[in-house]
Amino acid sequence: MAELAVNRSASEFRKGIQAGISIAIGYAPIALTFGLLAKTTGLSIGETVLMSLVVFAGASQYISLSLVTLGTGIVEIILTTFIVNIRHFLMSTALNEKSEEDHFINKAIYSFGITDETFSVAAMKEGTVTSGYMFGLNLISYVSWVVCSGIGFLIGASLPQTLQESMSVALYAMFIGLLVPSMKKSIKVVYLAALAACFNTIFTLTNALSSGWAIVAATLLSAVLVEIIEGLKKKQRGEGHE
Amino acid sequence: MSSEIVWMILGMGVVTYIPRMLPFALFKGKELPPFLQGVLKNVPSATLGALIFPGVLFIQEDIWFGILGAAAAFLVAYLGANVIVVVLGAIAVLSVYSFII
Repeated sequence: MAELAVNRSASEFRKGIQAGISIAIGYAPIALTFGLLAKTTGLSIGETVLMSLVVFAGASQYISLSLVTLGTGIVEIILTTFIVNIRHFLMSTALNEKSEEDHFINKAIYSFGITDETFSVAAMKEGTVTSGYMFGLNLISYVSWVVCSGIGFLIGASLPQTLQESMSVALYAMFIGLLVPSMKKSIKVVYLAALAACFNTIFTLTNALSSGWAIVAATLLSAVLVEIIEGLKKKQRGEGHE
Repeated sequence: MSSEIVWMILGMGVVTYIPRMLPFALFKGKELPPFLQGVLKNVPSATLGALIFPGVLFIQEDIWFGILGAAAAFLVAYLGANVIVVVLGAIAVLSVYSFII
C-alpha cells in the first residue's frame, strides 16, 4: 500500500513538471532580462540569485531594481513589494478550495511557489490538485526562474533581440492556452474573463489603481458580479417552475 | 554582498510569502459560505482575463505585435492544441512577423 502511494505521488509530481514546461519557457526571457538589469543596477551575482531564490515574483523584482536605482529606502521597497504581491492572497484562497487534503507543512512549502502562472495552470486543471503536482509544477518554474536570473547576470546579455521580442508573448500565450478550452466548454468562463479583462483595462489605462490592485479588483468584481447574476437567474428559473 | 540589499531581499521575501501561505493556514477549504465558494471558483477564469488584458497589448511598442501574438495563440488554442504548442506557435508567428518588419 505504501509503495502504491509513493508511486502515485511520483506520477503526480511528474505531471506537475510536465504542466510547468510552458511556464519554464515563458520565465526564461524574463529572468534573463532580470539578471541583466540587476547587473546594471549594481547588484552582485550573489544578490541577484538570492533575490530570485527568496522572492520568486517577477514584477516586484523588476520594480525593486528601479526603486534601488532611484535611491528609495528599503522599507518603502518592501512595502511596495507587499502591495504588488498581495494578489497572491486571492489566488491561494481560490487554490486552497481545490487542493487535496494534506499536512499543512506541505502546503506551506508549495505555497511559496504560487505565482500568477503556477496558480493559473493549477487552477485550470481538471479535478483536485495534489501536493505532489504542486511540487512538480512549482519546482520546474522556480528552477527556470533562478537559473535564468543567474545566467542573465553572467552572460550580461539576453537572447538575440528578435527571439527575445517574440518570446515576450510566451506567458500571455500560455494564459490564452489555459483559458480557451474552458471558454469552449462554458459560456460563464467567457463572461468571467471578458468582464475582468474590461475592468482591468479600465483601471490600468485610467491609472485608477496600481497594476497589483487592479488585477485583484477586476478579478473580484467580475467573479462576484457573475456569481450574483447566476444566482438571480437560477432563482428566476426556480420560480418559473413552481 | 551589501548587507542593506540582503535585508531588503529578505524583507521582500517575507512580505511576498505571507499572502501566498496565509490562506492555507486560515481556511481548511469547503467551510466557507456557498456564495463565497462560488466566487472563489470563478476567480481562476476571471484572473486569466485580467492577466491577459491589457498587458498583452503592451509587450512591445508596436501594439500589433501583442494583438497578432494573442490572435495566433487564440486560434491555435481554439483548434484544440496543447498549451505548449500554443506557446511555441505564438512565438513562431511573432518571429516571422519581426523578421518581415
